[in-house]
Amino acid sequence: MSGITHHTPDSMLAAYAAGTLPHPFAIVVAAHISMCATCRASLEAHQAVGGLVLEDTQCTALTDGLKSATLAMLDDVVIPDPVFEADGIFPGPLVQALKGRAPQWKKLGMGVRQDIIQADRSGSVRLLYIPPGQAVPDHGHNGLELTLVLQGSFHDETGTFGVGDLEVADETLDHTPIAGGDIPCICLAATDAPLRFHALIPRLLQPLFRI
Amino acid sequence: EQGLSQETQWMIAVRDKRDKAAFAALFDHFAPRLKGFVMRTGTSAAQAEEVVQDVMLTVWRRAETFDPHRAQVSAWIYQITRNRQIDVMRKENRPVPEALKEEPGLEPDAGQIMAVEQEAGLLRKALSTLNCDQRAIIEKAYLGELTHQEISTQTGLPLGTIKSRIRLGLERLRHELKDLSR
Ligand SMILES: [Zn+2]
Ligand SMILES: [Zn+2]
Repeated sequence: MSGITHHTPDSMLAAYAAGTLPHPFAIVVAAHISMCATCRASLEAHQAVGGLVLEDTQCTALTDGLKSATLAMLDDVVIPDPVFEADGIFPGPLVQALKGRAPQWKKLGMGVRQDIIQADRSGSVRLLYIPPGQAVPDHGHNGLELTLVLQGSFHDETGTFGVGDLEVADETLDHTPIAGGDIPCICLAATDAPLRFHALIPRLLQPLFRI
Repeated sequence: EQGLSQETQWMIAVRDKRDKAAFAALFDHFAPRLKGFVMRTGTSAAQAEEVVQDVMLTVWRRAETFDPHRAQVSAWIYQITRNRQIDVMRKENRPVPEALKEEPGLEPDAGQIMAVEQEAGLLRKALSTLNCDQRAIIEKAYLGELTHQEISTQTGLPLGTIKSRIRLGLERLRHELKDLSR
């Protein structure tokens, strides 16, 4: 995807390579990398550094027999884990997170719909469907929010985000994302803390919808 | 294939010829390092050996996903290892990017493979110029002991040193990748 202008921050790519990015963010970053050659190349650079750290690690003696036991297993028949391919606008890591199912949209009001893919202590990840020209209520963030555009576009106080673009929002940003264009905007969004809505109604709805 | 590192040659033999002797050589090179690497994050020796065996079996079974045009063997094994450690620790499957689809019949490009090895050499040199503190932070980051906030605040200096190196080297890679990605 060539028109991408908003990328994964480098610290996040390093954390993703090392496996310390919380699961909801890791899904969004893996989805962005699937669409973005630039971030894929940067990730590979981080993997190269990780590889050098591995190469420079002192050898530790292995238990006798570990090698022969491993070699003896080479011809074992194993059923490979399923590989989830991209499906239309949905990149492979999202299809994997959905376990291959189609999105199940729940109405949020004003034509906005969502599908919560996962929500637990580490945060939440969900799909958002925003009709053209529709705004997501003005809100701030208690933690970090990553939003990846899969279809259409949106704009807010910080700029315009098209297909493949990744917005990183934190405590310092209060914003009102508005879907652009003539087609609905579909996004994959992850947070590590609940959003703070400024209007009264969405705040009341918050526990109901687990935003 | 002259000029390629020993590990790359072994890995290509495993991938293309299912060469068990080459796999045994890779095992001898990587398994003792992997055990030390996994134990550095506080894993017991016994559990570390389970991870080492899993990783080495993945090297054999998923060999077709190794692409020397894009990665050194150590970089590829590093990611397999971290993914495996996370899966074991958190009992959840790590989300991984889609694999790139190579065009069928694409000839291996020795120049590109060499370039990847040379970049890794330059990167190793850049790492060796770091002082002890910087080096320790890099190791902590890639061993998975820092959050991404900690990486962005604490490691600004050493990451900056490496980053300029990475950027130069990867411009070429990016061009290659653009042709492959959708
Ligand atoms: Zn990117
Ligand atoms: Zn937001």
